[in-house]
Amino acid sequence: MSPDDLLYTKEHEWLRINGEIGTIGITDHAQKELGDIVYVELPKIGDRFDVSEAFGNVESVKAVSELFIPVSGEVVEVNQELATVPEKINQDPYGSGWMIRIRLLRKNETAGLMSAKEYDEYTKGEK
Amino acid sequence: MTVYKRTPLYPVHKRLGARLIAFGGWEMPVEYSGIAKEHTAVRTAAGLFDVSHMGEFEVLGPQALDLIQFVTTNDAGKLIDGQAQYSAMAYPLGTAVDDLLVYRHNSEHFMLVVNAANTVKDFEWIESHNRFHAAIEDITDRVTLLAVQGPRSIDILESLMKAKLNGIAPYHFTHGKVLDADAIVSRTGYTGEDGFELYFAAEHSESIWDAISETGAPLGLLPAGLGARNTLRLEGKLLLYGNDMDGTTSLLEAGLGWIVKLGKEEFIGRDALLRQKQEGVKRKLVGFEMLGREIARDHYPVVIDEQTVGHVTSGSPSITLKKNIGLAYLPVDYSSIGTRFHVSIRDRLCDAQVVPTPFYKRRERDSA
Repeated sequence: MSPDDLLYTKEHEWLRINGEIGTIGITDHAQKELGDIVYVELPKIGDRFDVSEAFGNVESVKAVSELFIPVSGEVVEVNQELATVPEKINQDPYGSGWMIRIRLLRKNETAGLMSAKEYDEYTKGEK
Repeated sequence: MTVYKRTPLYPVHKRLGARLIAFGGWEMPVEYSGIAKEHTAVRTAAGLFDVSHMGEFEVLGPQALDLIQFVTTNDAGKLIDGQAQYSAMAYPLGTAVDDLLVYRHNSEHFMLVVNAANTVKDFEWIESHNRFHAAIEDITDRVTLLAVQGPRSIDILESLMKAKLNGIAPYHFTHGKVLDADAIVSRTGYTGEDGFELYFAAEHSESIWDAISETGAPLGLLPAGLGARNTLRLEGKLLLYGNDMDGTTSLLEAGLGWIVKLGKEEFIGRDALLRQKQEGVKRKLVGFEMLGREIARDHYPVVIDEQTVGHVTSGSPSITLKKNIGLAYLPVDYSSIGTRFHVSIRDRLCDAQVVPTPFYKRRERDSA
């Protein structure tokens, strides 16, 4: 079961909203699919992204995957620890494996995101 | 819809929950418990690989050796019974048809082991040059090939086979019984580690796999997939056909001059390779490591003085060395150790440096 206080994208990012700040990471399902994560490339503070834009990359031993922002936002904090300990994403995807914090730029964009229940249903169907 | 072939061990891979991918026309396990974990198991204990997708041909008859000598570049005439040899087949221009292993059972009976994706092409290639009337048979579908690789693999197989295997030197093989099945037990592999490859009739696949798993598990053996096989072989600078060499790269450019025996009798590609050797090649396959934390991947552009001069042929994190490594063709003037160049990663130029290879060399076990 995915945590039910988060919202989810079809590309397997999660979003935790706290006032006007959103925290973003990738789901447990995603980290399992990727396998051992060895590198993550994240944006700089102040970078702005429109909803669904690529904001970085995560790399496992085998492959590179793009990261897509669940809602439009301006980066206010980056998890610097991931630069040296990217395996935190495998170990604790919803906790210390968080990637960026953003200031939300628009309202009402969360309508396109999935609830935990919807996301679990979605990943059940996905191979 | 593409239909992929499956090895006889497909049900076992499913049972073990392996992640499966398409590779060389086959649906193969890429990982079971994680590439890094499987990789480390092979370096420190042992790994068990299903590599039944590899192609096997029997070559038989009084002129079997003549045919093999004509289509391969290494000198199969040097082989004795029970010996195997790494070799290649070249096109007339000296580029690679494939790399392969040549096994000599006896003077009139050889086995060739080729890359899965090239099996059909290779068979047709050899057949088309068979003016020697040797009998060639593709036995791929009847043969299961398991690789047991890693420092503990000898202990695992000795206990399972109740036989001493230390007498089998690297690149030699013997016939033995695994459980009740006849098997070729070959001290070869594609991991840069000590290990064995077992060839046996497909009907024994599951029982032998399970027996090796059970015997090996207490010693640290893990089932390992193509993902770990790739990271292991890259650390050992063992080339991958289709990435590091192919029909557009000469064997000398690929650094395979050591398996090109220009002094033996006539073979396909000899004239071109002789000329290249005399004139020198213009580019060379080199090993490199990234100087920053970025990972060079297959096909990323290689840039020197703002010019794209080639591509990364294989690139990956090195799990053993904790660096990011790769192979690429560089102009000879830039191929010496220590030379700096760039790999373009998502349009950013990242620093790389030519380093000695193999990246990883195993320590010899104390001879017992």
